[in-house]
Amino acid sequence: MSQTLVAAECLECDAEVPWENDTRVGEILECPDCRVEFEVESVEPPKIVLAPEVEEDWGE
Amino acid sequence: MSSATARFGVLASRVRFEEKSILATLDKRGIVCEQIDPRSLSVRAGTAWDGPGTVLNREVGHYRALYAASALESVGVTVLNSAAATAVCGDKWQTSAALVAEGLPTPDTGLALTPDAALAALEEIGYPAVVKPLVGSWGRLVTRVTDPAMASAVLEHLAALPSPQSHIVYVQREVPKADRDIRVLVVDGRAVGATYRSSKEWRTNVARGAVSERCPLDPDLTTLAVAAAGKLGARIAGVDLLQDPDGRLTVLEVNDRVEFRGLQETHGTDIDVAGAIVDLLIKETRA
Repeated sequence: MSQTLVAAECLECDAEVPWENDTRVGEILECPDCRVEFEVESVEPPKIVLAPEVEEDWGE
Repeated sequence: MSSATARFGVLASRVRFEEKSILATLDKRGIVCEQIDPRSLSVRAGTAWDGPGTVLNREVGHYRALYAASALESVGVTVLNSAAATAVCGDKWQTSAALVAEGLPTPDTGLALTPDAALAALEEIGYPAVVKPLVGSWGRLVTRVTDPAMASAVLEHLAALPSPQSHIVYVQREVPKADRDIRVLVVDGRAVGATYRSSKEWRTNVARGAVSERCPLDPDLTTLAVAAAGKLGARIAGVDLLQDPDGRLTVLEVNDRVEFRGLQETHGTDIDVAGAIVDLLIKETRA
């Protein structure tokens, strides 16, 4: 069961972006306030960067 | 960047529900796994690869997935799905041509080599029809055209796009169907589960808000989905089927890097998609 441990700070609006104990590098987190998406660049220490834009060939 | 101890790798630049489930399953089973980000991957032809011998390809971008698979296979890595399967499944025309060649039912489809030629192809196929990009997913830029005037406008827009690939036009006769399609998830030649995907709009992609409901697997569904995945070389596949009002099933797509969140959540603990995929990874490594 995942559990919120810490929060990263939104790079756009400074709101807290929830961070679970099973958060992984490469995961996409969304700011609950401004809805900007972030990519987890590092778990230890927690670091987020703006998520890349969806590209034309993305999918399944 | 490679770990000498990991036998398995999961190639992904974006960790979604699916990748997270697979990585968590590997962790739970105590299997050492290397998460490989293709954005920092390079492979030199003809050299030894010191990374994992088996790699699960979960890259979200089709071209990066395709070339990563090809590059890794060139240095002896087993990639699931293979580069050949990704090449066929990731391109709608290649998929249609392969399904027809294998004698599997699929909607009436044409390929026009210019937007101008597409108008004639649409006349031949008949309206309503659907114009789709060759590569892409989630129903993006898929356009339903109901008459020549609408088709001309859509094709004019395609002609104005900069990519040469956009000028190769894939057209398909629309299959009359209920407001839902069927997704069958196939792993290693076995249908793991299926869902109906329903939508208020005509595109039934979950990414567009379609709702998943459990669909009972019956022999017709299972046989067709397993055959489609197998014939296209996909060991892990999301096979999309349509059922016309007379009950006939046709294969629309075979997705080689399948998203399965909707299907897994619909089935709860009755199926374990990530577990089935990890079982296949282990089996491939032993083979």
